[in-house]
Amino acid sequence: MKFGEFGGQFVPEVLIPPLKELEKAYNELKDDEEFKSELDYYLRNYAGRPTPLYFAKNLTEKLGGAKIYLKREDLLHSGAHKINNTIGQALLAKKMGKNRLIAETGAGQHGVATAIAGALLGLKVEVYMGAEDVERQKMNVFRMKLLGAEVIPVHSGSKTLKDAINEALRDWVATFEYTHYLIGSVVGPHPYPTMVRDFQSVIGRETKRQILEIEGALPDVIVACVGGGSNAIGIFHPFIEDRSVRLIGVEAAGKGIETGKHSASLCAGEKGVLHGMLSYFLQDEDGQIATTHSIAAGLDYPGVGPEHAWLKESGRAEYVAVTDDQALKAFVELSKTEGILPALESAHALAYAMEIAKEMSKDEIVVVNLSGRGDKDLGIVMEALTCSASRL
Amino acid sequence: MFRKPALITFITAGDPNVKATLDFMLTLDKYSDVIELGIPFSDPMADGKAIQKANVRALKAGTRVRDVFNLVREFREYSDTPVVLMTYYNPVYRRGVERFVAEAKENGANAMIVVDLPLEEAGEYLNVCEKYDMGTVFLAAPNTPDDRLRMIDEASSAFVYLISLYGTTGAREKLSQLAFDLLKRAKRICSKPLAVGFGVSKAEHVRELVKAGADGVVVGSAIVDIIGKYGEDAIDPLEEKLKELRSGLIF
Repeated sequence: MKFGEFGGQFVPEVLIPPLKELEKAYNELKDDEEFKSELDYYLRNYAGRPTPLYFAKNLTEKLGGAKIYLKREDLLHSGAHKINNTIGQALLAKKMGKNRLIAETGAGQHGVATAIAGALLGLKVEVYMGAEDVERQKMNVFRMKLLGAEVIPVHSGSKTLKDAINEALRDWVATFEYTHYLIGSVVGPHPYPTMVRDFQSVIGRETKRQILEIEGALPDVIVACVGGGSNAIGIFHPFIEDRSVRLIGVEAAGKGIETGKHSASLCAGEKGVLHGMLSYFLQDEDGQIATTHSIAAGLDYPGVGPEHAWLKESGRAEYVAVTDDQALKAFVELSKTEGILPALESAHALAYAMEIAKEMSKDEIVVVNLSGRGDKDLGIVMEALTCSASRL
Repeated sequence: MFRKPALITFITAGDPNVKATLDFMLTLDKYSDVIELGIPFSDPMADGKAIQKANVRALKAGTRVRDVFNLVREFREYSDTPVVLMTYYNPVYRRGVERFVAEAKENGANAMIVVDLPLEEAGEYLNVCEKYDMGTVFLAAPNTPDDRLRMIDEASSAFVYLISLYGTTGAREKLSQLAFDLLKRAKRICSKPLAVGFGVSKAEHVRELVKAGADGVVVGSAIVDIIGKYGEDAIDPLEEKLKELRSGLIF
């Protein structure tokens, strides 16, 4: 299955049978009542769904424009939306008879969410993490270990997320008989982008129900940050047919697109093939994948999910980019006005939403996917703000 | 495309630099029936440590795709030994499949292996290769079912590359039973020459595989490791290793 020309299964031959096995198992289970009710049980009673759709009154009044609603995925167990997918895939792995999960992680959020799902369901978990990220995210490494997972530092390539994915794939070609590779975003070979989107779409389904309950109308705009793009697809997907709703994905412009130090693959990348999919990637003329930068580790990836590439190409969604500095300002703003510390990733979405809300009329509605909480980023934010104390 | 049984040797182009690669190719040529030349890539996800490091060294030295084509052209001034380009798909896709294949052919490459391009995604590539008379090599693994093996055989105009194990490239102590099972199955199903690779590193391995009916045996990491260790001065130890491997063809 493809999204226009995007997606596909660009993998070594040895992975074709395990991907077919996964696709078959997923297709059989996704509509299975028992599987659905089991997943629903854990999402409600363990992860904390449904999450609130909160009207950010103070922020709305301060900006004086459109009504801003926050989808509070930050309130989920583990502190981010990642757990919607990890519980789903871990349950699937268990049904497939795989007793070992491997995962890649950048900042450690997906690694933590996988470790949680593994602990919950009694599966062994090993997490690949770039050596540089292991160094930068010591707390999450410790957290994963506490949860019983093993963290394997990756020293190859740029020692970050993309290399962690390469290493997880290398593991999987040798161990697929008893191992499920639990990919954390809407990336990778088919069926991952579709499967992860389905697990994350719970965000959009709830949002739709909630906004209709509260406002009796659909939102005018939905804004979400995009790294690989799982939280964005999750909230966008149930609204794709609702043409009146503008869907805006916010990528990381890092230190500015013009500096080359960013990770905005849809805004500044080219079509290419990596990690099993045809999509947009930051790369040079020879197709060598570029190193990326963002203050938000969860956005620091040189590619993007193929469905986003398709939504961009078809014009259904728009993609913009926000710099490190703009995201930091939004982080501080939300903390002060609403008492909510957003993840730096989500702060990208917030920064853009604040900018457009100002220009919109008071009866219009903007929903921001607050995909995670900011506690994990306090060290980075503290460092960044001390460098420019004036921002506080 | 080669006389049987064939010793097929692999190195990464540009490791440690383009000039040294030409010298290495000329050395490989003395003992090999086919030379596989790897195009360095930033994210070689099917490769083990040895070839990953070779990719890093080659890219650090500034190796470009254009340089690899030039290398083949220069090599052609000295030898007619078949050269197979081994690459990941992104460098091909980025350049444009047609342009890539046309340039590779024009400079003297005989066939191509695209590690992460399975049949399902290979439509355009196959058409272009046919148009430019570029040989194709697809990989098959121990878990490739019979019907798929048949399709792989059909799509491979040069030879079929049998992966000897579950895992990435890299020297191993012993050959896996999986290699022999796959070879046996492939001999029954395929019509094209069969080369076995991944984990093959010694004369003994070469001998066992040829005895079991392999038409060719591919050695990569064991050679690349020597380049990793000796850099530009690898010629003598390379020659020694190649002599040893070659002896595996005689029994």
